[in-house]
Amino acid sequence: MIEGISIQEILTVTSILFFIGIYGFITRKNLISILISVELIWNASVVNFVVINKYLFPDALQGVIFSIFVIAVAAAESALAVSIIVNIYRQLTSVEVKDVETMKY
Amino acid sequence: MIVFAIASVTSRKMLRSVIYLLFVLIGIAGIFFLIDYNFLAAIQLTIYAGGIIVLLIFSVLLVHHIEMELEIAKTTKQLLTGSLCLIGLVIFLITIYSYDFKEVKNHLTTSTVDIGTKLLSYGPGGFILPFEVISVLLLAIMIGAIIIAKGSKPSNKNNSSI
Repeated sequence: MIEGISIQEILTVTSILFFIGIYGFITRKNLISILISVELIWNASVVNFVVINKYLFPDALQGVIFSIFVIAVAAAESALAVSIIVNIYRQLTSVEVKDVETMKY
Repeated sequence: MIVFAIASVTSRKMLRSVIYLLFVLIGIAGIFFLIDYNFLAAIQLTIYAGGIIVLLIFSVLLVHHIEMELEIAKTTKQLLTGSLCLIGLVIFLITIYSYDFKEVKNHLTTSTVDIGTKLLSYGPGGFILPFEVISVLLLAIMIGAIIIAKGSKPSNKNNSSI
């Protein structure tokens, strides 16, 4: 644990990060910006896992391993999302959300 | 870190917001270093800062003209969403500060060996099954991403502008 920093302070930082991600997810109108906001939300949850593991149960390792899995799934998801975005751009020449309105073209 | 996070969701230039996201990720890796999880910080730096950011920058450069400014949401919608997020944040903070965490004073350093043996152990509490599942998932994602990005021929309607 970090000397002089309590768990509440780190949880405050991560919840601020989480809500910034939600704000961006709702207000941005671009697929790549939405992907960036989702990355912020993933990161806030990963830091929560790790910090709670370290501060409350320092002998256990479950938080670390779960966050490794979360990072792997996030990497997979963003790779897939980027390929979908490139494909959409090829079909529609746009990555704005408002242009992607049908699931079947 | 917070400033960069706000900048990355409000910046109107695509490439800049990706770079701000990079700074946020490096800050999170700094938190991991501070609480002595060196392996996790290395993972964060390589996968996020190395992999995902490069992927995002490539997609931005493929898809966008750099000078183009994004259109942003209406001010009322922004205010509404911002106030809703603030309410949620306040609820979170009240919950966090009213709960009594039992902190354990420790200075343990988790070595990579511990994580590796835990990840591959068959015994109770071992994580061999999720490990295998996630390796299959990554293979499937790789094939799927290649197939999707290869795609079919672009539709005739937009052919001229590509």
